[in-house]
Amino acid sequence: MSADAAIKTSDLSKTFGSIRAVDRLNLAVNKGELYGLVGPDGAGKSTTMRMLAAIMDPTSGDGWIFGDSLVRDAGKISEKVGYMSQRFGLYEDLTVMENILFYADIFAVSSKERPARIERLLGFSNLTPFKNRLAGKLSGGMKQKLGLACALIHTPEVLILDEPTNGVDPVSRRDFWRILYDLLKDGVTIFVSTAYLDEAERCTRIGLMHRGRILVEDVPKKIRSSFDRTMLELWPEHPRFASDAVQHIPGVFSVSLYGDRLHVALERHAVRASVLDAVKKAGVEIKDVREILPSLEDVFISLVET
Amino acid sequence: METRFAVKIHGLTRTFGDFTAVDHISLEIEKGRIFGFLGPNGAGKSTTIRMLCGLLLPTSGSGSVGGFDIISQSEEIKQTIGYMSQKFSLYDDLTVEENINFFSGIYSVPESKKNARKEWALAMADLRDRRTALTRTLPGGYKQRLALGCAILHEPQILFLDEPTSGVDPISRRNFWGLISEMARTGTSVFVTTHYMDEADYCDRLALIYRGKIVAEGTPSELRTNFMKRHVLEIEAEPLIGAMDALGKQGIETAVFGSLLHATVDDSEAAITRIQGILQDAGIGAGKISEIEPSLEDVFVTLIEVS
Repeated sequence: MSADAAIKTSDLSKTFGSIRAVDRLNLAVNKGELYGLVGPDGAGKSTTMRMLAAIMDPTSGDGWIFGDSLVRDAGKISEKVGYMSQRFGLYEDLTVMENILFYADIFAVSSKERPARIERLLGFSNLTPFKNRLAGKLSGGMKQKLGLACALIHTPEVLILDEPTNGVDPVSRRDFWRILYDLLKDGVTIFVSTAYLDEAERCTRIGLMHRGRILVEDVPKKIRSSFDRTMLELWPEHPRFASDAVQHIPGVFSVSLYGDRLHVALERHAVRASVLDAVKKAGVEIKDVREILPSLEDVFISLVET
Repeated sequence: METRFAVKIHGLTRTFGDFTAVDHISLEIEKGRIFGFLGPNGAGKSTTIRMLCGLLLPTSGSGSVGGFDIISQSEEIKQTIGYMSQKFSLYDDLTVEENINFFSGIYSVPESKKNARKEWALAMADLRDRRTALTRTLPGGYKQRLALGCAILHEPQILFLDEPTSGVDPISRRNFWGLISEMARTGTSVFVTTHYMDEADYCDRLALIYRGKIVAEGTPSELRTNFMKRHVLEIEAEPLIGAMDALGKQGIETAVFGSLLHATVDDSEAAITRIQGILQDAGIGAGKISEIEPSLEDVFVTLIEVS
């Protein structure tokens, strides 16, 4: 691993009683990457992130943020890392400005640097007009941006975001990603977790996590094209009848309805003909059929289920 | 009172003081369909649902749900519908079974059917072995299915789901949508609000509400083709962030998708030539640039930005 590794872990593990929440995790994230950790609830994502932010000690193994050890140099880690928890870590009974000042105190941002930094953070998060509003009175999207501003007050080199867009609407989510891209241009390394796979596609690299381990790790498109099943997208006249007709054909791995379309995963390409046959026999007209790249969700579910 | 439509509303409006939360919306939803109602927070989704469920009177306009008038027959409507909200409306300090009994009482499930419906709900939620567990201790996916079970104990004809999958993981979500499709197949009409666009794809028809008005309506495929006036380009470039920076400086905003950039443009041909030029001038290696099918999120964000 080059000295450029922003985040590196070696057999990083955390157990709670008899549960192995994180199981010998080996990660390497380069400087300037936007790395997405994807997985279901309970996969170990939050535990991993807490250890990387040095707010939770590993049970065994270790990790390094630009060479500083999570176990031995925890003090240095908090200077290099900005961390935002799922609840954004805000004080709802403090105003926007008071929250930012609170974090500036925690991270000992000097009074000389404060005004310029605060102005910049309020500016990019579009929160300047709301600086005297109580955090508890902000919309979900604004809370999220304030949480991010607070995590950035000490200009960290690595930003760790735990499911930052939970419950935030699409327009605010897109704004949020724009801010992340700006940070990326400034050379910040971003490590983000999400349970939404369409969002994971926005990362430069992703790791699919399940039961404390990373099952597969790559660029999203490569993960999708490595799926060894053929995905057919049918656009039938009556999707639900068509779905009934193909469900039990040998070699059909799964059938999902997507509105007026049907996604059928085939174990072998040869099954394609019998699928189309079955739909026609059921008297359902097919308006269009094509082979598509599986979605990340398709890949993820097939990995977890096997 | 037979009608083709599970929900039919005309000119439905609700104001709070001088704020118009829902502004003259009209919709017809056929029976046995999954209808997705999408929009950002504060667009008017919840106000609409509350009017349809007979919990809030409209300021003006009219409508019917399951053939019952939303103004004069709200009690009948409550018997006809099931409602499940993002907060799952379960009591955390009751056991699984106690929650089911409680909702059975609220929805006046007849005594003779109570036990059978309870066993059905337990089986559907995969909770037969955990009936005495406190609801608080259940993982999110199980809670969600239990809440769904409780909302349909009285076998409603129409099911309202208000952001039902917020904070639920992908596997549980796919199972959940499997259950919903199954219900639609057997004739239940489903009205669902969400702001996750990958979920919108599970719906038969969609409407996008913004600032109280419906700005687009149709099947997912129709929305992708008819309502998207702009085009999405996929750009291969290396280094990616350098390309993003160079394009941004020329006013072309892009988003990262793995090893690719996406840009939303008005004229594909012209934009491709221009992007190639900008990348070349910046000394960035550019690969293929091609037009791709927009995602529903692309469509909606574009529609909202022009509204």
